[in-house]
Amino acid sequence: MPPSAMPAIAAPYDLAVIGAGPAGMAATLSACELGLRVALIDEQHQPGGQIYRAAGASPLADVALLGPDYRRGRELVAALRACGAACDYYASAAVWQVTPSLEIGFSAGGRSRLLRASAIVAATGAMERPMPIPGWTLPGVMTAGAGQIAMKSAGFVPVGPVVLAGSGPLLFLVAWQYLNAGVTSIAVVETTPVGNHARALRHLPRALRAASYLRKGVTLIAALAKAGVPIRRGAQDLRVLPDESGRVGRLQYRIGSRLLTDPCNLLLLHQGVVPNTQLTRSLDCAHAWDEGQRCWRPVTDKWGASSLDGLWVAGDGAGIGGALAAESQGRLAALDAARSLGRLTPDRRDEMASAPRRQLSRNLAIRPFLDALYAPAPDFLAPPDETVVCRCEEVTAGDIRRFVAAGCTGPNQLKIFSRCGMGPCQGRSCGLTAGEIIAAARGVPVPEAGYYRIRAPLKPVTLGQLSDLSMEAD
Amino acid sequence: MTHTPVFRRLPGPDREKVVLTVDGHPIEALKGDSVAAAVLAAGVVSTRTTPVSGSARAPYCLMGVCFECLMDIDGEPNSQACMTLVRDGMVVRSQAGERLPAGQPRGGA
Repeated sequence: MPPSAMPAIAAPYDLAVIGAGPAGMAATLSACELGLRVALIDEQHQPGGQIYRAAGASPLADVALLGPDYRRGRELVAALRACGAACDYYASAAVWQVTPSLEIGFSAGGRSRLLRASAIVAATGAMERPMPIPGWTLPGVMTAGAGQIAMKSAGFVPVGPVVLAGSGPLLFLVAWQYLNAGVTSIAVVETTPVGNHARALRHLPRALRAASYLRKGVTLIAALAKAGVPIRRGAQDLRVLPDESGRVGRLQYRIGSRLLTDPCNLLLLHQGVVPNTQLTRSLDCAHAWDEGQRCWRPVTDKWGASSLDGLWVAGDGAGIGGALAAESQGRLAALDAARSLGRLTPDRRDEMASAPRRQLSRNLAIRPFLDALYAPAPDFLAPPDETVVCRCEEVTAGDIRRFVAAGCTGPNQLKIFSRCGMGPCQGRSCGLTAGEIIAAARGVPVPEAGYYRIRAPLKPVTLGQLSDLSMEAD
Repeated sequence: MTHTPVFRRLPGPDREKVVLTVDGHPIEALKGDSVAAAVLAAGVVSTRTTPVSGSARAPYCLMGVCFECLMDIDGEPNSQACMTLVRDGMVVRSQAGERLPAGQPRGGA
């Protein structure tokens, strides 16, 4: 399974797995164990996804500073490498289209190719929920996930003062990892609404089934406090102020009636992660609004099967459950795909599913508690008028509210009004916010406003690459 | 324009050193770094200006989602710097406003 080799694409694969994070790696491993012919297609240069980014070849001398959970990634990557010829691994491959007949178009190394499979597991993972605040487009403002990716993939930590602002477990995890790495000037500005704590409490009994998550969280926050990292709770009205060079200079915020600022050379924003649904959207799969996680997710059955025949969705791309849940979901999807291909009897599938199903249930037990505790504050879902919502086309929240007043009812109409969501990111950075703002302005629930219609190509592909492709297919 | 670098590098296993140029200035990176990470560690302020207002932008998500890090890499405009690995001798340029694919005349769209 050499990552750089590009195998000739001949006979259709039994299974194509898109994404090499925990769900995709686990689906691939299960499918290989079952003797399926598997293609694993991933956008990154190394397997691991974002959570286990570079787990197989870390640039860090001291990988332990990332915490014990990262070790699981190394095990998965090693197991994947041991699959050998049973799996064709396409690295650095951007999937730009999947058709309803399960044909996959992707680009790698400046060339585009087509690949066919009898079944597909989409393991496209999560992305950060947008956290639009005034000034969030300034250079030097990034996501908390980006800060972590820089550390995992290049061994980079912030030089000057770093502020982590927002809400959610990742905020504390990254701060703790920075602390371990010897970063001295860290501040956490927490926007979690105070009322969330009471709402989360009723989910605590169930969360105790996954007590290790709770212990981990408490330990992280205690370690930060002990090291003297300031954690400013109940922050509102966040605003990024530029320095004289036009990049981030300070984060301004309000706690109660006090207006505060923290200087920063790097500002990392975070308010949880949401499923990356671009692929399932482009296939017109049924999606449902998840009120608890305040995001859309593809509709799937208990195996991960989507509304499209032959397509399963596993991992955070089907709803946020975390890395360990993703692994179980990957295994379940592969088992059911093998059953659909006649390679497993339903009875055998059910038997093999019992262990991953048990693990899945245990790992999902923490979710309702976390979802309630870290539910985003309304101000960051539908930000003040001056805030840029669509970073590509520079459409503000105020623009969107004006278009609603002029009769715009949903995100797709909004495109016609404003080009919102029509830039290079294809709505990834603004889709949820646009839906929230329109719904709030119309006084309707978010599902009634809807979501962008997503069309291929999902990733930019040049006409030159496409014309080469048609010659190759002739 | 440069400023204090955003990132410094933690100790790690030996990796091959590479030199690329960003807007004509040579910067050092290590094999396996993405162009976006290398540029941030070199203290480059912004990697593009937007087609709409000309405002300065820099890498944001580092995972291929936000498309803020679009740069001209080895003559290919609109390349995602966070998804491209550095290579010795690579020629990287920041982008000003709208960029058309290489070789395509303006006004054709």
